[in-house]
Amino acid sequence: MRQRAARAVPGFPLTLAMTLVWLTGIVLIPMTALALRPWSLGLSGVLHSLAEPRVLAALRLSFGTAIASAVIDLPLGLLLAWVLVRYRFPGRRLLDGLIDLPFAFPTAVGGITFTALYASTGWLGAPLAAIGISIAYTPLGILVALCFVGLPFIVRTAEAVLRDLPGEVEEAAATLGARPAQIVARVVLPALFPALVTGFGLAFARAVGEYGSVIFIAGNMPMRTEIAPLMIVIRLQQFDYAGAAAIGLAMLLVSLLCLAGIAALRRRLEL
Amino acid sequence: MQRRLLILAAALIAVLMLVLPLVVVFTEALSAGPGRIVEALSDPDAQAAIWLTIEVAAISLTVNTIFGLAAAWCITKHDFPLRGLLVTLIELPLSVSPVVSGLVWMLVFGAQGWLGPWLRGHGIGIVFALPGVVLATIFVTFPFVVRPLLPLMQSQGREQEEAAALLGAGLWRTLWHVTLPEIRWGLLSGILLCNARAMGEFGAVAVVSGHIPGATETMPLRIEALYNDFQGAAAFAMAALLAALALLTLAAKAFLEARTGRLAGPG
Repeated sequence: MRQRAARAVPGFPLTLAMTLVWLTGIVLIPMTALALRPWSLGLSGVLHSLAEPRVLAALRLSFGTAIASAVIDLPLGLLLAWVLVRYRFPGRRLLDGLIDLPFAFPTAVGGITFTALYASTGWLGAPLAAIGISIAYTPLGILVALCFVGLPFIVRTAEAVLRDLPGEVEEAAATLGARPAQIVARVVLPALFPALVTGFGLAFARAVGEYGSVIFIAGNMPMRTEIAPLMIVIRLQQFDYAGAAAIGLAMLLVSLLCLAGIAALRRRLEL
Repeated sequence: MQRRLLILAAALIAVLMLVLPLVVVFTEALSAGPGRIVEALSDPDAQAAIWLTIEVAAISLTVNTIFGLAAAWCITKHDFPLRGLLVTLIELPLSVSPVVSGLVWMLVFGAQGWLGPWLRGHGIGIVFALPGVVLATIFVTFPFVVRPLLPLMQSQGREQEEAAALLGAGLWRTLWHVTLPEIRWGLLSGILLCNARAMGEFGAVAVVSGHIPGATETMPLRIEALYNDFQGAAAFAMAALLAALALLTLAAKAFLEARTGRLAGPG
């Protein structure tokens, strides 16, 4: 029955052929090149290439700041999602539109803007410098840029679940005498947890590979503020294609592993 | 009381993280006077960068829309094995760093890539030329068109298409008269986001472009070149133009979503 119905919709051979050709040319072949190229160095060559102190420092910095930025974005994004879903106030539509800004904002524009904003002469950088905190050209600057690009992922995933979570449940908890903190901890957060895990994963995945927003504010000092994608660019400039591919493949594998772990965690939470 | 406090806190976060960067782009651009912006944007290299960006975005949008519709059609309106694999391939570029999205094309078409020597022998330039910039942009932006279509077309079911087919409509008529009217706003919203990302793509394009002013430099690359050359005002003039285009895209997307009665969801 289902088979016959499936055949009834026209255009299957054509659209399937187009999809296969397209995905093979655009995704499969280039990604295969990425998966194969590093091994031209041999296994020990790949490990050696990744174990270079400068590369290790860059990988540590990229993954560390990406996780930290997603952690910081969690409470901020949750608060924004809560306010957008639960309250009506003037400017709400504007706030809602602003949330998507980092999705559409050109990364290079973000990069030079954060640098201007947080440099020791910038609007935020100057007062911070006065109390002895420097942001631009330090790992903190990288963190600021990554928090910006990751924020909408948390807000949008949390928002979707909050909208389906009836306000009555919270009201019921309140009439039963729960304090606001208790309502959040016992009623709201457990329901939101799977969505927050997903949002965290998306924000992390975006942040770990981010390039344009980061390289201007990072300062790119070897061992200190060089991110992993920059190491790929540097190796390409030295015509070390295999070494560049090794870093790219390692980043992709670790990211996919993190995402798979997050998906597994989410499945367990939903059971 | 508590309500007001939370709204205030949310507004503060939004101003510090989202509004302030926007304000900075435009004030930095205007700091040297509006005349300076016109001057910076009418520079020949700037003009070339603007046109190249429009050209690359137009090509990417067109092919992404055509192949995106084809992919969504065969995945959601038909049953076949390995559909999951196709979805995985479609989503894979989303978990790849922009720099890696450029790197993969170097590995295929670069001087030391698979086809590099052959291409060089035949005088064909892919990387450090327009095709490379287009390929890198397509790789990065393809998921943005397809992804919103998949749940949308899945949730519609197939009854209407099956009815159209029974009445003798072919692929084109079914798509044009039955499916597209139902998905057009979702499709348009995906195309808009794809456009913003295509025009602003930096990392992937930076790797394959070769940074040739007047030839392979897109607007974001021009911004980088100017900025590194200590021409901050000119860099911010270009940045303001690009940011304005992104804002326009967002506004159009918000308008669309208000029209369809749905408050913005992800992607």
